[in-house]
Amino acid sequence: MNSTTMVSSLQAPRRLRTTRGLLLALVVLLMICAPLAIYPLFLIKILCFALFAAAFNLVLGYAGLLSFGHAAFFGGAAYVTAHAAKIWQLPFELAVLAGTAFAALLGLAFGTLAIRRHGIYFAMITLALAQMIYFMAVQMPFTGGEDGIQAVPRGYLLGIIDLRDITAMYYTVLGGTILGLVIIWRTVNSPFGHILSAIRENETRVTSLGLKPERYKLIAFTLSAALSGFAGALKAIAFQLASLVDVTWHMSGEVILMTLLGGMGTLIGPIVGASVVVGLEHFLSTSGLPITFIIGLFFVVCVMMFRRGVFGELKALLERSKP
Amino acid sequence: MAETPLLDVKGLEAWYGESHVLHGIDFDVRKGEVVTLIGRNGAGKTTTLRSLIGVVGKRRGACSYKGADLLKVAPHKVARLGIGYVPEERGIFSSLTVLENLLFPPAWQAGGMAVDEIYGLFPNLKGRDSTSGTRLSGGEQQMLAIGRILRTGADFILLDEPTEGIAPVIIEEIGAALRILKDRGMTIILVEQNLRFAASIADRHYVLDQGTVVDEISNNALDANMDRLNRYLGV
Amino acid sequence: MTDIFGVPIAVLLGQLLLGLINGSFYALLSLGLAIIFGMLNVINFAHGAFYMLGGFAAWLLLTALGLGYWETLFAAPLMVGALGAVVERLFLKRLYRVDHLYSLLLTFGIALMLEGLFRHVFGAAGKPYPIPSSLTGGINLGFMFLPMYRAWVIVASLTVCVITWLVIERTKLGAYLRASTENPGLVQAFGINVPLMLTMTYAFCVGLAGFAGALAAPLYQVSPGMGSSVIIVVFAVVVIGGMGSIGGAIVTALALGIIEGLTKTFYPAASSIAVFVVMVLVILIRPSGLFSREA
Repeated sequence: MNSTTMVSSLQAPRRLRTTRGLLLALVVLLMICAPLAIYPLFLIKILCFALFAAAFNLVLGYAGLLSFGHAAFFGGAAYVTAHAAKIWQLPFELAVLAGTAFAALLGLAFGTLAIRRHGIYFAMITLALAQMIYFMAVQMPFTGGEDGIQAVPRGYLLGIIDLRDITAMYYTVLGGTILGLVIIWRTVNSPFGHILSAIRENETRVTSLGLKPERYKLIAFTLSAALSGFAGALKAIAFQLASLVDVTWHMSGEVILMTLLGGMGTLIGPIVGASVVVGLEHFLSTSGLPITFIIGLFFVVCVMMFRRGVFGELKALLERSKP
Repeated sequence: MAETPLLDVKGLEAWYGESHVLHGIDFDVRKGEVVTLIGRNGAGKTTTLRSLIGVVGKRRGACSYKGADLLKVAPHKVARLGIGYVPEERGIFSSLTVLENLLFPPAWQAGGMAVDEIYGLFPNLKGRDSTSGTRLSGGEQQMLAIGRILRTGADFILLDEPTEGIAPVIIEEIGAALRILKDRGMTIILVEQNLRFAASIADRHYVLDQGTVVDEISNNALDANMDRLNRYLGV
Repeated sequence: MTDIFGVPIAVLLGQLLLGLINGSFYALLSLGLAIIFGMLNVINFAHGAFYMLGGFAAWLLLTALGLGYWETLFAAPLMVGALGAVVERLFLKRLYRVDHLYSLLLTFGIALMLEGLFRHVFGAAGKPYPIPSSLTGGINLGFMFLPMYRAWVIVASLTVCVITWLVIERTKLGAYLRASTENPGLVQAFGINVPLMLTMTYAFCVGLAGFAGALAAPLYQVSPGMGSSVIIVVFAVVVIGGMGSIGGAIVTALALGIIEGLTKTFYPAASSIAVFVVMVLVILIRPSGLFSREA
């Protein structure tokens, strides 16, 4: 069977696993020390988008579904969390939870609708549904229209640690991001994850085994939406702002670019992609160059020249060099 | 060597994506001949025809036809040299009616048959003009697929398994039609698994196996070589 | 006196007219999208950007070259179509053999590039385009006032849609196109230059979007964002209608324009999401779309 070969390819040789483990530890260590060298709010932004892109990759890279509507989960959760923290005055944890739960429910609803149609239609339906959320965000009174929800209180972690301290905020977001990434990693490497990949490779064969692909896709989509919402919720608290920018179709496109650029279907790719895109935008925002144009250019270059993404090409290169 | 062949294929290789399907095919066809390509499933018969008209991936070798090398001709210009292709799956368009299917291929050379003439050859098609093409039976679709080529003025016809999955009565009709075409001087390459049918019209047979030509048998010598042939075909 | 649910009839008819106009633009755009999808298997995200480009081409020809309305209405689609041909030859052509999602992503990137570029050069604000003098004024129909230009927009776009439909359903060229959606390899084997046909199809459909943009210029202002806001609605239209039928695409587009107009009259807050709500309902009731052949 196909899935057995897939499992064995995932079980890397021990030496490689140790190297990988060491590398991971090094990255985490770097992230812990990073605020000493780099402006923490910038790092927080990278973390939030890294989690967002990794969550998005769960549907694109592993389930093979191109969602063009993930901004609705990211930005929608940001609104709910901001509202919960500011107006309902919920503590930090509950506010984030509220946003995440909202995104999960929205994901369940979007998924139920969009999975009824395949391939290219799936992309168009998710895009249209997310645009509906965008228009609602423009019109509903609680979202604050063009201004968004501003001055969202950060609150206290576990009721003790004051998150107004930017360093505390950073470590909280870092912890949240690691938690999210671990969930994704566990999912991808579970039997569930393997069935998901099998569906992407050959849906009819999975159906013939008596499994229901729709159900697996829906679960993956909902989980992805929830984690995207989690990322959006963290961002809303850290930046004390929920705004229209995070629910636009541009945002849905940007997360696709991050995943594509880094390499879809890889665990690290989206994180690399998110860092590159956020870094690029940070650099461009002061340069006077048209950001949208350059993002579009990146898309075109990615699709035409390296469809496997930076990390995917690297991986393919390594595999080819192996005997 | 009496005359130069109409089609001379030398060392033809072809690929579908990564897989190398033809490993050097050599054969020739003289004007007015009916030549068959026979062999087991997967021997490369269909791919050979598809290589001639340029619908495979990569090709190598030489296929000289009327002074041109077919491998260097753009795929959409092959038909303009008078080559008509009847694919294995017949390729009747479901979004077009029978008449639209019949009139579909542009006539690139003079001397094509008129629609009435084609109906004379294949009476089954008569009166079905506005039926959707794929509503016809398999045999009728085969007639339509051959008929539409005859309109174009093609004098060199590539015919891929015209008898596959078709009732014996219709096979006889198709055979009769092909003999008429042969008498009119047309040259035909016939890919066939049905040896009896092939023997009833062909002049020579090329045996293909694993992407190469392994033998050539003239139709007169067919009975004498039956054992050898059956061995190739694995009967 | 003449009220329907508290809305004066003249207001209602005015909104219906606006809905019909929007519907005609949706029709021009979704028709092109459906043909491109049928022939090239590409979801052309850049369709909205080409619509915007049509508007800008008309505006630039008017302001920079001083061309008249009729000349620009003719020249703008040609320019947009030519650009489309270049895009197909340079980029799309190389993506036919890989997953269709990549061509969607490519055209998305192109849409971003065009929108970003025009925003950078011309700013986000709308550019006014005067209604041509030959089409100013209007007709008093007794129960309502019908502005000439609006009538012209509906007539022009529907005529173009119907002609396109007739060409595809009734001509030899249309037969080539229809057959190519089924079996392009065989059509090519019959001596028809399919790659060229694909380029021309893309150029023509993108040109239709450019025509819509030029037609829209005097009604709405020309702005870099005009394409992206319309394309998503058109996607929803295409999901509702299904892309199997060209006639279906036109009818769906008009119907949705009218539904949008009615929502604007009776419940303005929901008008921007009306089309999406219809889409959700259609997915629930008939997942494959209203006019799809797969059903």
